[in-house]
Amino acid sequence: MTKTAIPGANGPDQPEMAPGSSAFPPAFALGCPRLAVRSLECHRGDFAVFTGLDLNAGPGEAILLRGPNGAGKSTLLGALAGLFRPFSGQIEWLDCDPEIPLTHYLHMLGHLSAVKPSLTVSENLGFWRTLYGGTGDPDEAAFAAGLDGLEDIEAGVLSQGQTRRLGLARLLVAARPVWLLDEPTAGLDAAGEAWVAGLIARQIEMGGLVIAATHLPIALPETTTVTTLTLAGRQLQ
Amino acid sequence: MSGFVALIRRDLTLAARVGGDVLTVVLFFALIGIVLPFAIGPDRPLLTRLAPAIIMTAILLALLLAIDRLFRADHEDGTLAAMRFGHLPLEAVVFAKMIAQWLTTALPLLLATPLMGFMLNLPPALLGRTLIVLLLGTPALISFGAIGAAVTVTLRRGGLLAPILVLPLCLPTLIFAVGALDDTAPGSADAAFWFLAGIALLATAFTPFIAAYTLRLGSE
Repeated sequence: MTKTAIPGANGPDQPEMAPGSSAFPPAFALGCPRLAVRSLECHRGDFAVFTGLDLNAGPGEAILLRGPNGAGKSTLLGALAGLFRPFSGQIEWLDCDPEIPLTHYLHMLGHLSAVKPSLTVSENLGFWRTLYGGTGDPDEAAFAAGLDGLEDIEAGVLSQGQTRRLGLARLLVAARPVWLLDEPTAGLDAAGEAWVAGLIARQIEMGGLVIAATHLPIALPETTTVTTLTLAGRQLQ
Repeated sequence: MSGFVALIRRDLTLAARVGGDVLTVVLFFALIGIVLPFAIGPDRPLLTRLAPAIIMTAILLALLLAIDRLFRADHEDGTLAAMRFGHLPLEAVVFAKMIAQWLTTALPLLLATPLMGFMLNLPPALLGRTLIVLLLGTPALISFGAIGAAVTVTLRRGGLLAPILVLPLCLPTLIFAVGALDDTAPGSADAAFWFLAGIALLATAFTPFIAAYTLRLGSE
């Protein structure tokens, strides 16, 4: 069985995929929307985690969210995904088809990997492919995630880092333009971190938008447009 | 394969692989049937009269015992949050999970009911009607339970809270289900039967929306 080389599978310095080889991950079914956030204020419980936040982003951009614990990185991602309503301010996704729900444009990777321990690796990915209406091959996604040879193994026996890789592989079975990632490299080894950096770089190259909250530096190629947004946290307000 | 079918299939696969949960529910149900005849004593006519009520109570308790895990596992490993981005609306997710829950808990109980009827000296003529009443009553009980499970899913130790919360909602179902099996008063039994059918239809139709709304609120 031969597998095509996956860009970024072994680090960002791998040569790009040769033209004409099978397209994986497949192209987006939907165009990438633009994001406009104006004077956003979000609350958790009774206190404001951030106020007056402005953010503009569009296709081909990477936004890295930084800041201390509790600065509101995950809250911001959740608000952008529409999981909860902000206290005040506006979040607008422009260039979206009004007929299509916003959630179909987004992939959101929370700090939980959404992996079922008693399903095999490819069953997990196959389930997400169906649920997300994706076209990516689960086995190719597992291969890209460095889980080749483990496709028929129950996900419960995977290590924590491998479980995280499987969680990330979910993003590859359905191509979507916007990725909202919460600590994508948590629990990964050096090769895994390089792989995630490669995935993000590739997503941007395809004209996607990536917003990632991270403590660890992500080594993106020099050519990638990266904006770093630092959330101050409560103590500095 | 649509996401709806895929989700039901996934839940059935999970139930089959873990296994113990289905067995626990059926054993709990059967234990009530084994223990109660000893407690009531060697009075067969009394047992026959009580049999429908005992079966319905045992079904209610067994279903409520299992309902807590309806959303819990998916909530705790992040699957429920990830499903919010699927092509399946959350209401359909809830409905698919209710169907899977019915197939993995109520259906085994229905299959165990003839044995239960035998142990409780249920008149064989009443067994068919009992099964039809259960076919109507169990979706209603699972619906009410699903609302309770959605309300308590964010609590780390929900445990028995969901059953206690929804028990009052389940009482009309219990009353009409037992009433529909009252063979001494055919007229009122028929009325109870149609009331039960009405409750089952309403509960099944509205629960996906109520539970999905609750789950959305819970994730904020």
